[in-house]
Amino acid sequence: MKKIITFISLAVITTAIILIACNKNISGRTDNLPALNPSNADLNAGTWKTVVLKRPDTFAVATPLAVTNPAYIGELNEIKGYQKNLTSDQADKIKYWAAGGVLRWNEIMRGLVAKYNLPPYQNADGTYPIPSSANPFAYPLFPFANPPYAARAYAYISAAQYDALVACWYYKSKFNRPAPYVVDTTIHASVTKTTLPSYPSEAAVLAGVTTEMMILFFPDEIANIQQKAIEQEQAAVMSGAASRSDIIAGEALGRQIADVFIARGRADGAGAAVGNQTIWTALETNTIARGETPWYSLEVPKRPPMLPVFGKVTPFLFDTATTSALRPGPPPATAGDQMKTELNEVYGYIKNPTRDNIRIVHFWADGVGTYTPPGHWDAIAAEDFITKNFSEVRWARNMALLNMSLMDAGIVCWSTKYFYFNARPTQLNPAIKTLTGIPNFPAYISGHSTFSGAAATILGYIIPEKANAYSAMAQEASLSRLVGGIHYKSDCTVGLTVGASVGNYAIQRAKTDGAN
Amino acid sequence: MQTVFKNRRLVLLSVIMLAFMNMLQAQTDEDAIMMSKNNLCSGIMYGHSSWNNYWEGTLKRDNQNIGTVSTNMFSIMENYGVNRRLNIIANLPYIETKASAGTLHGMRGLQDLSAWVKWMPLEKDLKKGTISLYLLGGASVPVSNYVADFLPLSIGLHSKTLSGRIIVDYQLGNFFTTASATYTYRSNVTIDRTSYYTTTLILSNEVQMSDVVSENFRIGYRSSHLIAEAVLSNMTTLTGFDIRRNDMPFLSNQMNATTAGVNFKYTLQKLSELAITGGVNYTVAGRNVGQSTNLNIGVFYVVDFSPKKKDKK
Repeated sequence: MKKIITFISLAVITTAIILIACNKNISGRTDNLPALNPSNADLNAGTWKTVVLKRPDTFAVATPLAVTNPAYIGELNEIKGYQKNLTSDQADKIKYWAAGGVLRWNEIMRGLVAKYNLPPYQNADGTYPIPSSANPFAYPLFPFANPPYAARAYAYISAAQYDALVACWYYKSKFNRPAPYVVDTTIHASVTKTTLPSYPSEAAVLAGVTTEMMILFFPDEIANIQQKAIEQEQAAVMSGAASRSDIIAGEALGRQIADVFIARGRADGAGAAVGNQTIWTALETNTIARGETPWYSLEVPKRPPMLPVFGKVTPFLFDTATTSALRPGPPPATAGDQMKTELNEVYGYIKNPTRDNIRIVHFWADGVGTYTPPGHWDAIAAEDFITKNFSEVRWARNMALLNMSLMDAGIVCWSTKYFYFNARPTQLNPAIKTLTGIPNFPAYISGHSTFSGAAATILGYIIPEKANAYSAMAQEASLSRLVGGIHYKSDCTVGLTVGASVGNYAIQRAKTDGAN
Repeated sequence: MQTVFKNRRLVLLSVIMLAFMNMLQAQTDEDAIMMSKNNLCSGIMYGHSSWNNYWEGTLKRDNQNIGTVSTNMFSIMENYGVNRRLNIIANLPYIETKASAGTLHGMRGLQDLSAWVKWMPLEKDLKKGTISLYLLGGASVPVSNYVADFLPLSIGLHSKTLSGRIIVDYQLGNFFTTASATYTYRSNVTIDRTSYYTTTLILSNEVQMSDVVSENFRIGYRSSHLIAEAVLSNMTTLTGFDIRRNDMPFLSNQMNATTAGVNFKYTLQKLSELAITGGVNYTVAGRNVGQSTNLNIGVFYVVDFSPKKKDKK
């Protein structure tokens, strides 16, 4: 009996030690970041070229009170009141937002896309319900954040944030009111001290513009995002960086600028991107009439093709006529020799896949339930931008360049996919089993390749010392679709080239937007 | 949704470490049988598991894009009697998965090596019947870099595990009943992608895995040549999230399963070193798992390495 008790005691103690010592809590890569420390405050950013806004002072911002005004001094007392009794939760939130508003909002956006990137489940009769923006809380929730939708959402929010921060910097420079921690040295600064004027607050501008954009892009999330906006604004005040009037003016400015982008979004053609049965049927019959095998859905039951009219959405970097001009020539003919060769090549990769090929496929897959390939490139860019000490307005300018490239790459890609409407490899050879799910749209050209070609091009311009690394990443992302069994080589090589041509438009803009 | 695969062979090891998914639970580490001193029991086992319906959280459904998911398992098991009260058990399976519909590629490979130390500190004759107590410690480790993040077709979850188990057995004549409880610590798992979504977006390639608690009850007939028993088993993953609507399953889902089945073991009359086993069980309730039917058969041979004549239980 004593032996049993000894054994059990030893076992329990050992187990407890193991369980306590082996803390299984994981941490995210951006959980512990220092406060944003811009190497250049970019005080002249009010002169940078905006995307949609015609001029930085389109929306008036009232002249702020002087720092000697008793009402302003009252605002400083609000800050001091928080700073006297800061809780650890408040301190955590200050640290979180101090790493950068553009960075944190991009992470939140990636989370929203992943949350909504779920294909609707079929109806009893085998048809599929379509999310409705008029009734967004009914199943299927609006939106279905698939790659084109996600690319457009990231782009609109990044571009709106950029225009709003340009306007913000314009007024900061105009009114030149210093930050609370400069006005009153008893106010502690939890952010990096800079000479950047604080009126209007860039944190509040971001909070206002981003929350307002949810009206169009994630209507079910307005409530949650509003909470985040309040959190960001409170963190800015508690950190000593902004006073209440800085916040109020900034939020109002941000919301008004968002409304300009929302108006553009309602008229850019995305609303019609889903198409209808007439369009879906015509795609099939027109392809057959050209003597080619048309795309068919490989889902059961068959699902209509994803956003067949997305190619007609108005791009940011060029006009719709250019979309057609950037479209490549046709894929190899279904019945030809090149198609046979490429089909056999795909089969060769998946017959006995290597572990490293599976790793590459899964690293880049970014499929259902994830933040999509544009989100992956945002993640790559954001984690590199952290090391570059950009100002908030430069962060916004660079994320906008990247995301506009990705959206416009998506437009040209989708325009191509539905111009040729070609079949996936598994359609032509059912023995081709895949290492990741086959997306529900035609193969030529590969979305991953087009997105990656564009992203690597513009990122290579923004961070030249990493240009080769970005190019290698784009090559691997493109290759992952071939070795995964879901694309032919032509889809991938042509996609990379088309993507690069879109990226060059972003470079042209970057050269002349005033930020260089 | 991995197959809830339980191999209950009366004599050998289990791949318990695989937790609920692909759980091969060999008899020997869940039963009240001990190998005699210096006896080595070696066996091979084949198991087949399949499911068409699965639980997406608590919603039972099928998925026409995967159809029926089936798993074949081939394993080698060894059980060595250090003495009649202390046995060491080891097991290694080779697993293949397949989907009957859709386009996803099946997976295959050597999975996890597991080992148990089984100690019987107490065996006491009562006025009626005999009661015995067993304490076990077990561990498992993946033997290859197989793909874990490809559910429902992954061959395992790629976690390293440590388990502690207690078994109580009561035998009266040829009737017996056994009850056991197990706590399994599972290590975190590293996956190929750099972020994933659970109930929030996590920017890491490391997945936090919860520990598992399981219970097992069996009742039946036990004689020198035949064991026949009914088994009820339950497994609960302590924390985790539910598969979202129409999403794919993931390693850190909260996977629970209750299975019911029968097992038998027959030792040949003319050659008592040889035994054959078989069993079937069915998942009667579950959460984020497949509603699997699991079959297994095995052949075992005992070699006595002691200089004296063998005495086997």
